[in-house]
Amino acid sequence: MTSISEEELAELRERGKRLSAVYVYEAPLRAWHWLNALAIVCLCLTGYFIGQPLPTMPGEASANFLMGYIRFVHFTAALLFVVGFIGRMYWALVGNHHASQLFILPFWKGVWWVEVWEEIRWYLFLKREPRKYVGHNPLAQLAMFFFIVLGSLFMIFTGLALYSEGLMQGSWADKIAGWVLPMLGGSADVHAYHRLGMWIFVVFIIIHVYVAIREDIMSRQSIVSTMISGVRTFKDDRAE
Amino acid sequence: MAMTETFYDVMRRQGITRRSLLKFCSLTATALGLGPSYVPQIAHAMETKPRTPVLWLHGLECTCCSESFIRSAHPLAKDVVLSMISLDYDDTLMASAGHQAEAILDEVMTKYKGNYILAVEGNPPLNQDGMSCIIGGKPFVDQLRKVAKDAKAIISWGSCASFGCVQAARPNPTRATPVHEVITDKPIIRVPGCPPIAEVMTGVITYMLTFDRIPPLDRMGRPLMFYSQRIHDKCYRRPHFDAGQFVEAFDDESARKGYCLYKVGCKGPTTYNACSTVRWNEGTSFPIQSGHGCIGCSEEGFWDKGSWYARLTDIHQFGIEANADKIGGVAAAAVGGAVAVHAAVSALKRAQQKGE
Repeated sequence: MTSISEEELAELRERGKRLSAVYVYEAPLRAWHWLNALAIVCLCLTGYFIGQPLPTMPGEASANFLMGYIRFVHFTAALLFVVGFIGRMYWALVGNHHASQLFILPFWKGVWWVEVWEEIRWYLFLKREPRKYVGHNPLAQLAMFFFIVLGSLFMIFTGLALYSEGLMQGSWADKIAGWVLPMLGGSADVHAYHRLGMWIFVVFIIIHVYVAIREDIMSRQSIVSTMISGVRTFKDDRAE
Repeated sequence: MAMTETFYDVMRRQGITRRSLLKFCSLTATALGLGPSYVPQIAHAMETKPRTPVLWLHGLECTCCSESFIRSAHPLAKDVVLSMISLDYDDTLMASAGHQAEAILDEVMTKYKGNYILAVEGNPPLNQDGMSCIIGGKPFVDQLRKVAKDAKAIISWGSCASFGCVQAARPNPTRATPVHEVITDKPIIRVPGCPPIAEVMTGVITYMLTFDRIPPLDRMGRPLMFYSQRIHDKCYRRPHFDAGQFVEAFDDESARKGYCLYKVGCKGPTTYNACSTVRWNEGTSFPIQSGHGCIGCSEEGFWDKGSWYARLTDIHQFGIEANADKIGGVAAAAVGGAVAVHAAVSALKRAQQKGE
């Protein structure tokens, strides 16, 4: 705030405004967000082409390794995604109180559900302006929990189960996720569900990017810049 | 009990020479992935162990497992296991019939109580009081329960006994049920395949008779030595998969060049079996080698998982037959469209509010 000149401050005071800013997302959390985003994009792209491979490569088999490279990128990004998710869970324990918001829904709080509804009304154009939130708004929190926490866990376990097929029974991946294969009806079904999971993430990306940009423009607080700087700023000082 | 007859005694009586026995032992050791040091062990077992009878029951099935079994590429294995060792009851193969045949079943069950192996080909239908499969005037499920009661272990031959196979495919009018869902108190070895490979069948039996224990099994109860890897993992066309060289249609240049059949729906990547190593008909070939993708016949419910020529499994939970790409593509397009409309309305609304 030091960059604001005395003149400007005077002007703001005159208008009765106060610049408020809260440090919400700490550096490790922001780093996780962007690495995770990169991993998800990599995984969706390579995953798509594993299921529906590119046109046949010309030449000798020994001169090509396209599927091999695509699968290598997929597995590498997947393992980084897993490590990132574990790191994120750790940060939920040691980070500030916003860090655990992703994992814990205030499921039994009536007020929270009321605010979820209010947020839905805001998206249905039935409410003139949304409430202000330092962390996630309740609807966003709900979506994040289902898409990112449950979605990631689903993709991690089905993905590791498929990975364990190559490493064979008794491997670390098999010990962690091998049980998923018979539970979901065998290898072919797990492949299909894992691919369905990819589409769920594609849908999430569309919604997430749109909503983040829209909120940044139309809500009363910063969104996009907050995930870069970590600082949440508000556009007005009115309560609620 | 006066049951001191060993495998070797029976074999000698059948005119098998000692030399043939030792050849069988060494080939069996190789087939089971055991070292040469196991050969004398197998021979010793054959010479000293009282023979274990195998009772082979037939439920709702097409007999393709038996057809496969009697074609065991390895003639010695076939002769020894089938003719000499212990197949005491198999209504398809045995000479006797009717009451005489059923009497053998009772005799073995009494004499070798708790000490015989039950091999089941096919499965019992449970609807209509089991009337869809009658053996000797009674529902097959009764015979299965009766014989299973005193068996040492059960082998579920083929996909019918292991998973249900075609008669259990939707809508399964007779409620054909895999063996492990009817018999729950016995160790069950599942040897799926439609049919299983002959050498796999003789290999499993030989292992059990020789070592007097069930082979190491995977999570789904299949012998690890034959079902621990997918067809894809040992496929000779795998280099074309890794290179990204695929058959796009069955009559294209890639098909002539023998490229990977992944895009035309080969189920090798999701099917656990030994076809790509053991192969069929004396190791002559297997489906992929003859230019057709694997149909995944040793996997659970393979009849109900969509086309044999499509990469993705059908997902029935969505009512219509759809695969993940269809469902996901439609969902993504719908959400994308909704977002565009929502964005337009948002912009209008904002403009309107600014104007106020």
